[in-house]
Amino acid sequence: MNVKIIVRGKAQGSLLVAKNPINFLGGIDKKSGLVHDKKHDLFGKSIGNKILVFPFGVGSSVGAYTIYSLKYNNCAPLAMICLKADLTTASGCAISNIPLVVADKNDYDLLQENNQVTLDAIAGKIL
Amino acid sequence: MELTKEEEEALDGKQGETLALAYRTLVAIGEASNADRLIPIEWAHLSGVNYNTIGDAGKEFLSHLSNDARFKVKTTVNPMGFDFDSVSQYKLDDKFIENQRSIKNSYEKMGVIPSYSCIPYEIFDVPKQGTHVSFAESNAAIYANSFSGLKTNKEGAFSALASALTGKSPCSDLRDDDVRRPNLTIRMKVESRDELTYGMLGYFAGKVAGSSVALSGVNNLDRRSCKSLCAGMGTSGACGMFTFGEEKGEKIDFDKNEMQKIHDELNTSEKGDLITLGSPQLGIEEIGDLALMLKGRSFQKRCMIFCPRAIKGQMTDLGYTNEIKRAGGELLYDCCTCLSPLVDNKEVDSVVTNSVKGAYYLRTSNNVDVNLKSLKRIVEEETK
Repeated sequence: MNVKIIVRGKAQGSLLVAKNPINFLGGIDKKSGLVHDKKHDLFGKSIGNKILVFPFGVGSSVGAYTIYSLKYNNCAPLAMICLKADLTTASGCAISNIPLVVADKNDYDLLQENNQVTLDAIAGKIL
Repeated sequence: MELTKEEEEALDGKQGETLALAYRTLVAIGEASNADRLIPIEWAHLSGVNYNTIGDAGKEFLSHLSNDARFKVKTTVNPMGFDFDSVSQYKLDDKFIENQRSIKNSYEKMGVIPSYSCIPYEIFDVPKQGTHVSFAESNAAIYANSFSGLKTNKEGAFSALASALTGKSPCSDLRDDDVRRPNLTIRMKVESRDELTYGMLGYFAGKVAGSSVALSGVNNLDRRSCKSLCAGMGTSGACGMFTFGEEKGEKIDFDKNEMQKIHDELNTSEKGDLITLGSPQLGIEEIGDLALMLKGRSFQKRCMIFCPRAIKGQMTDLGYTNEIKRAGGELLYDCCTCLSPLVDNKEVDSVVTNSVKGAYYLRTSNNVDVNLKSLKRIVEEETK
């Protein structure tokens, strides 16, 4: 599938798919990558070392620093795939050098939990 | 987005990791906002300075960055959490002070002009009309677009930081003259007006408008009212610019009913334990005005007045500082009301202010109630 590149890079790994938007500032523990927001469908899981699929980010733009901390603490996602690029997620991935792409709805809906995927956020493709 | 050869090379890391990070940020934001290219900017104003705003993660990021990052263009900064000169008077814990000091040092290492003010348009000379700048700090971006003749988006902390490091910004939204022309006009229908009326008009505009909005029936604004209008709008929405006079397209009225709804939303108490004047910080004209209003009067409760250090000398030389202190006012520099650790809800239940922006953040971040009234009423009711 073709995607729009927001932050360039390449990643290979398995997908972790979230139904709910993610508030990085409020919802993720920056030391472990665990989702600690009880209301979130990924509650209790770690987003570290996965290709994280979620609709978009919400909440304070300070959440971008949280993404940076996750990378610094070695528990950040390998890459992110969103439906919509919000400025917090875009900034956070940019400063942390985490590949980020936006997929259109038809392609996005095909992404399933645990799929093994190669994300080429330079050519703009997911394989 | 189309990048120049140099920009591509910087993005690839050929000019070092710091510039790669900065260009990644500009490209990410540019792609997310459908910009077609980057353009030069002359002045960056940064937000994300108060430790309460950015926390440990922000402090660490800036500390690493400042090891070799250096700003390329004139760069000014938003207020900090408190005034270092008077920190001993407040019960701030040592960790907060140390963390704030680290952030201050990081920005200064990178070459910032240590303005620590949310009113850069007032304390610095404004470049010529049409100049592109990159202002994070919503009231400043809106003021720059609407009154100073400059061009900027309502930048976020990262986009302004990336602009400061590269001297560039994605060419999108309000950098495009077509977007700057509003297709919505708000007709001002409230007769009796003061700076609080304009603050509420701004707050209303932010809720209903897109990127830009026209105001009709508004003229002869004094500086305080202009700032209040900009701060109000920056608080409630994404709109980044006012024009004046009726435009083609949709019309909405701002009347007493709409104003009352906003007042009811923001005014949650009939009285306050302390007064704050700021958000935005007061400039030299407002300070002079306040000194005059306070002649022969004294505050009956604590009043914190936030202004930029850049005017401290002038305030003293003109006698304003003495007059305000005689009246019992506390002057604080380098900081402002928003997310201030100086307003502690363990000590104070509610705060009196004339600032719509201040009222919003005092309630949602400091978790105190707010008694929102005009400066004229504050002087009438809170001084003798």
